[in-house]
Amino acid sequence: MNIIMNTRKLNMRGEKMHAKDALESIRIYQFCAIELNLYLDNFPDDKNARDDYNKVSCTLTNLIHEYEKNYGPLTNFGSAHVENPRAWVEQPWPWENC
Amino acid sequence: MWYYVKTLEYPVNLKCKDLNMAKYLITQYGGPDGELGAALRYLDQRFTMPTGKAKGLLTDIGTEEMAHVEMIATMVYQLMENATIEELKKAGLAGHYADHRKAIFYTDATGNPWTATYIQAKGDVIADLHEDLAAEQKARATYENLIHLTDEPQIKEILKFLREREVVHYQRFGECLEHVQDVMCIKK
Repeated sequence: MNIIMNTRKLNMRGEKMHAKDALESIRIYQFCAIELNLYLDNFPDDKNARDDYNKVSCTLTNLIHEYEKNYGPLTNFGSAHVENPRAWVEQPWPWENC
Repeated sequence: MWYYVKTLEYPVNLKCKDLNMAKYLITQYGGPDGELGAALRYLDQRFTMPTGKAKGLLTDIGTEEMAHVEMIATMVYQLMENATIEELKKAGLAGHYADHRKAIFYTDATGNPWTATYIQAKGDVIADLHEDLAAEQKARATYENLIHLTDEPQIKEILKFLREREVVHYQRFGECLEHVQDVMCIKK
């Protein structure tokens, strides 16, 4: 809770930068997960790829959880770790230049 | 069932105004070898795939293509965002303005609307996967054409990412074709 309060106290620019960095990490792990997922569709028994997929998916889950706690939901229909209907509509949309 | 994820697969933050590129890029949104066609083709063909692996691959690649649809739309939106009517006219986008103002719409680079005749579902896994392989190569070639049409490094970088994805999808569809052929041989 303290972490959230402190983040909220940051000025707009500080908060935006922080959210941007957090989102960038999520994007990187999300991409690894996509790539491993497609590979594992064809080779579901590949031990190395399965281990990597588990690791990547675990880190991705934690990063998303942390982001959603601080800035608002990344997914809809009840699938966010932390629901926040106001942040869902007020946080900028992906096509909006920032 | 699908969930939306409120972020792009790859960042798009274009501050430059480039109406000519916006006009060309739209073909990867609603053109014959564009991302919308790709997504709809795979998400449609998957129903009659013969194996779980093939159903999984078409579901997952089809879903990734939806993320590419959103990336292309974002590029076009940002490149046109601050354009004046005079600038739109000069770039040959007055017709677009008449029909859509600055909305993003599913057309090719010369304004022809997207049509389901761009895609096929044959109900024959060999025919469908060959279409998918060809589709990835045609999309790859379109991205290369678009890369040739711009000098803007930021635009090139995003297009190179998308081009690379077509190459990866082609690889995965090729593996899937081999797998399906193996299964068919065993059945015989």
